Amino acid sequence: MPETDLVLFLEAAVRLGVPLALAAMGEAITERSGIINIGLEGSIIGGALGGALGALATGNAAAGVLAGAGAGLLVAMVFALFSIGLRTDQIITGTAVTLGGLGLTGAVYQARFGATGTALTLPTLAPMSVPGLSQIPWIGSALFDQAPTAYLSYALAPLLWYYLFRTAWGLELRAVGEAPDAAQAAGVRVRWVRFWATLFGGALAGLAGAHLALAHAGTFAENMSAGRGFIAIAVVVLGRWNPLWVLVAALLFGAASALQFLLQALGLDLPYQLFLALPYLLTLAALAGWVGRSRAPAALALPWPKER
Amino acid sequence: MYEHGGRTAWVVGAAALAATAVVAAVLLWVGGYDPARAAAAMWSGAFGTRGAFVSVTLVRSVPFLLTGLAVAVAFRAGVWNIGAEGQLYAGAIAAVWVGIEGAALPAWVLLPAVLIAAGLAGALWALIPALMKLRLGVGEVITTILMNFVGINFAAYLVHGPLQEPRGVFPQTEQIADAARLPALVPGSRLHVGFAVAVAMAVVLAAVLRWTRWGFRVRAVGASPRAAWAAGRIDAGAVVLATFLASGALAGLAGGVEIAGLTYALYEGLSPGWGYTAIAVALLAALNPVAVVGTAILFGALEAGAGAMQREAGIPAVWVVAVEALVILAVLATDQLMRTRVRGAQTPGDDEGNVSPEPARA
Repeated sequence: MPETDLVLFLEAAVRLGVPLALAAMGEAITERSGIINIGLEGSIIGGALGGALGALATGNAAAGVLAGAGAGLLVAMVFALFSIGLRTDQIITGTAVTLGGLGLTGAVYQARFGATGTALTLPTLAPMSVPGLSQIPWIGSALFDQAPTAYLSYALAPLLWYYLFRTAWGLELRAVGEAPDAAQAAGVRVRWVRFWATLFGGALAGLAGAHLALAHAGTFAENMSAGRGFIAIAVVVLGRWNPLWVLVAALLFGAASALQFLLQALGLDLPYQLFLALPYLLTLAALAGWVGRSRAPAALALPWPKER
Repeated sequence: MYEHGGRTAWVVGAAALAATAVVAAVLLWVGGYDPARAAAAMWSGAFGTRGAFVSVTLVRSVPFLLTGLAVAVAFRAGVWNIGAEGQLYAGAIAAVWVGIEGAALPAWVLLPAVLIAAGLAGALWALIPALMKLRLGVGEVITTILMNFVGINFAAYLVHGPLQEPRGVFPQTEQIADAARLPALVPGSRLHVGFAVAVAMAVVLAAVLRWTRWGFRVRAVGASPRAAWAAGRIDAGAVVLATFLASGALAGLAGGVEIAGLTYALYEGLSPGWGYTAIAVALLAALNPVAVVGTAILFGALEAGAGAMQREAGIPAVWVVAVEALVILAVLATDQLMRTRVRGAQTPGDDEGNVSPEPARA
């Protein structure tokens, strides 16, 4: 196989892995606080539309990225107000938020650009090459000639790891997710911590959506999140709720999604639709082989306080 | 969870619908549309004429009814099957395959075979996440959702590939044999016998849940797997497996009935997300199978009205998806508020009843 094919594959792997990494790292923080946000998909599609509209309005892709993060945060706020504020079931609330996100973004998009969906051309987030590092053979350009959102995800992984495992705040967050009653007794404001952890996760999912629209596709399309929110939630499990491993797992899944390019280069011509199904199948297989060996935060998905 | 006795369910449902209507109207108004015009268009599209009601609203309600039952029975047992969408596609694929391959068979053999195949395929699609949950401890929420994407893409592959119609022009299968088609229920309309089948399933399911041993076990496990074991030696795993399969079979049947009753062929995007809407259908019905008939017709009307809304008021039909999400959120919120009031007025809730069926549902 020619070298360029492999390099193209690795580049695509990282480009597709970055949105998973951003969304999954955010969800890892949310889940560490005891909240499982199935509405992540809604935040991603919200972030994609927010990013597209923000970039269009300002003519600036960076502003679009910020708008995307804000949109993802707002979607997560709806989820947080219901599941933390009203203590509604997190699974059903999250499903509703995903549905609402897909429906509303579709409606806004159609209202703004017509039902047929005129192809949008957006100011894109251009790749920035890191001098020196991008010259490393094979992986250099794949890892270090990417959109700024990629570098953000590399930087966030160690930062979030440090926050979670080496700071008092991180200890509070984990305590809230493992033993909320004990955390409350120790003076931690359990619901407050969960609220912010959920908003943070939503903002990162919004960034992931903005990356999809501005760095990957260069346009917005209805349902363009295509289930990435759910794969990201699986990635959190595979990465054992540890930001560093979550980043690694996300990049591996990016590679799985990019397999299409590699197999085509090898002359293997699988039907397109089966390629589309591949990441979901691989996620299922990975969960089947892995989950028994990782342990979720003890209070995950349980409404708190139990009684009012 | 979310099942109530009669009066509470009516109050929760009515309050949720009222809240949804208000929020939807505000959203439409913010979006620059006229909510009154939207409502008028919806009403005429859904109920305006007898034809609209029978041939559009009731026809549209059939997949909601069957997938709504699938979700209701699963949630009753504490099985979070978000996978009705994929199970529906599995059923549709099996139905279309049997309906084409069995063309030589007489109708009284072929038609039941088509529907049974659809149910079996749906159950098979549900078996994978069920086994992953029971044997490997992988929560069903994410796995059922992932199976949806696999099912949707697999159906898309089939209609572009091995099952594509012989001329190879359109991304759809050829039509099923005449003998595999469900006859009309109301002559001269598009309403097919599938509606009656679905209503019958609702009645049967209600009776089974209320009066049989299995129904009791489902309710006991749904309330608390631990208490079910402690008090009655009920094996929660067996109940979960059986419920999961029944739920998948109902969703699969929804796909089969849609093929045999309406489209006669499988095409890409057969379902615009019925399997997800089913959650709203089931919750609004307080997980009561007979009430699901009513809420399914309501959502059928919503879909029928959405088409009219787009034609007459220029409002994108995809708004309906947002409205469905609002219904779910409104039910959750009113349910929670009612619960808090009831709890405050009476005894404190019992401890065991609030144990989640499974701590980690990721």
